[in-house]
Amino acid sequence: MTVVYEDLGDEAEGAVPIRRIRFSINGKKMIAEVEPRLLLSHLIRRGLGLTGTHMGCDTTNCGACTVLVKGAGEASGRPVKSCTMLAVQVDGREITTVEGLAMEGAGGPGGVLHPLQEGFKEEHGLQCGFCTPGMMMAAKALLDENPDPTEEDVRWALSGNLCRCTGYQNIVKSVLWAAAKLRPESAG
Amino acid sequence: MYPSRFRYEAPRSLDEAIGMLHDGGDYAKVLAGGQSLVPLMKLRFASPELVVDINNVPGLDYHRADPDGTLHVGALCRHVELERSELLKTYQPTMAAAAPLIADPIVRNRGTLVGSLCHADPQGDWASVVTALGGSVVAQGPRGRRAIPIAGFVTGPFQNVLEPDEIAVEAVIPAAKGERAGGYLKLERRVGDFATVGVAVAVETSGERVTRAGIALTGVGGSTIDASAAADALVGGPLTADSIGRAADLAAEAARPRTDHRGSAEYKRHMVRTFVTRILGRIEPAQERAA
Repeated sequence: MTVVYEDLGDEAEGAVPIRRIRFSINGKKMIAEVEPRLLLSHLIRRGLGLTGTHMGCDTTNCGACTVLVKGAGEASGRPVKSCTMLAVQVDGREITTVEGLAMEGAGGPGGVLHPLQEGFKEEHGLQCGFCTPGMMMAAKALLDENPDPTEEDVRWALSGNLCRCTGYQNIVKSVLWAAAKLRPESAG
Repeated sequence: MYPSRFRYEAPRSLDEAIGMLHDGGDYAKVLAGGQSLVPLMKLRFASPELVVDINNVPGLDYHRADPDGTLHVGALCRHVELERSELLKTYQPTMAAAAPLIADPIVRNRGTLVGSLCHADPQGDWASVVTALGGSVVAQGPRGRRAIPIAGFVTGPFQNVLEPDEIAVEAVIPAAKGERAGGYLKLERRVGDFATVGVAVAVETSGERVTRAGIALTGVGGSTIDASAAADALVGGPLTADSIGRAADLAAEAARPRTDHRGSAEYKRHMVRTFVTRILGRIEPAQERAA
């Protein structure tokens, strides 16, 4: 595996502070050697090649880069803006990205869509699609905690995610669609 | 955007963290929630040589009340915990009102109250809340622990009195002497924006009489404004339309708003008056609450 670091010219190459971290991503255990200044979003997109996580504003506003991070001892992953967390900080933690949604639904990559993904398709929850991965991950965290959210709950949970197409109406419908599909009573 | 190159340490204890800061000198920064520090580092407004990440230090994520009612909020207590706290809902209305208005829901999963106080952004919401409540910050360093009242903790925009080798380990809100009431109102253009105007009001009542009051303002000056004259106007008597109106006028006078893209100075001053009136107007007299 090739690792490339920027040569800033002002220090011996041995002085680049590299750290080895262990984490899991979408259920897969990984080891990475990173510079501390690498952002989690870049580890995911460039280091792991998982480009489903989008970089929107890069300033903690838009939420397109939202992923779930679960620490040891936590019941479920919490959504975080991956442009605002250092990659080294996920050492010992579990990450779920949008690519992990379908896997969860099907037991293999590229399998059956997660109800959230299905919901976004059924209710036209995406237009340009840029904010969609972040919306889905924030929604996933909501549904993990609250399987029966009201429309207000959904709007509140997604209020840290921006949609530049302003397609909020259908995004909210999509999440409610997924919630209904995920509830046990709808299984039969 | 990348931060400048820095060394990173993830200590497992407070002592270890303090040792690292001590050795790191002026160029070390503590990383807790990172929701202000990481953006600042990415913009290169902050370029520490050493980042000491305290997220792996156990036992800092608490918020709890002593038997006497003193409230402690640990350095790793995230906004979301305060937003969902039953303790605050029943007994600390000003903080309970502010918690859901901090940044946005995703940022609240990481950011911390103590970190927000340390960051000392003039538009930070928690600084006003803690000012209105007369709270303090507890710092721990190689020379021991000390409590610093919030008024003396923040020395200017983005500046606090912490020594380079000190860590703010908790915020402390003193116990109420009477019954607590109050709230926090924030005018923002959209979720996650800084406050156009924020107003924190905390009063303690004994019977009908107000025994203590604090009012602090966000976003209407170069730093958090302690509208103590407005608060003092409430103390000693019952809450009446007159006393509320007087406090609202004094708070509006204490504001030092500037016209900017969030609104005109006149509008912001008006909103200070409106928010003070609104929060105090919602407080029911003690007898009605008991009934």
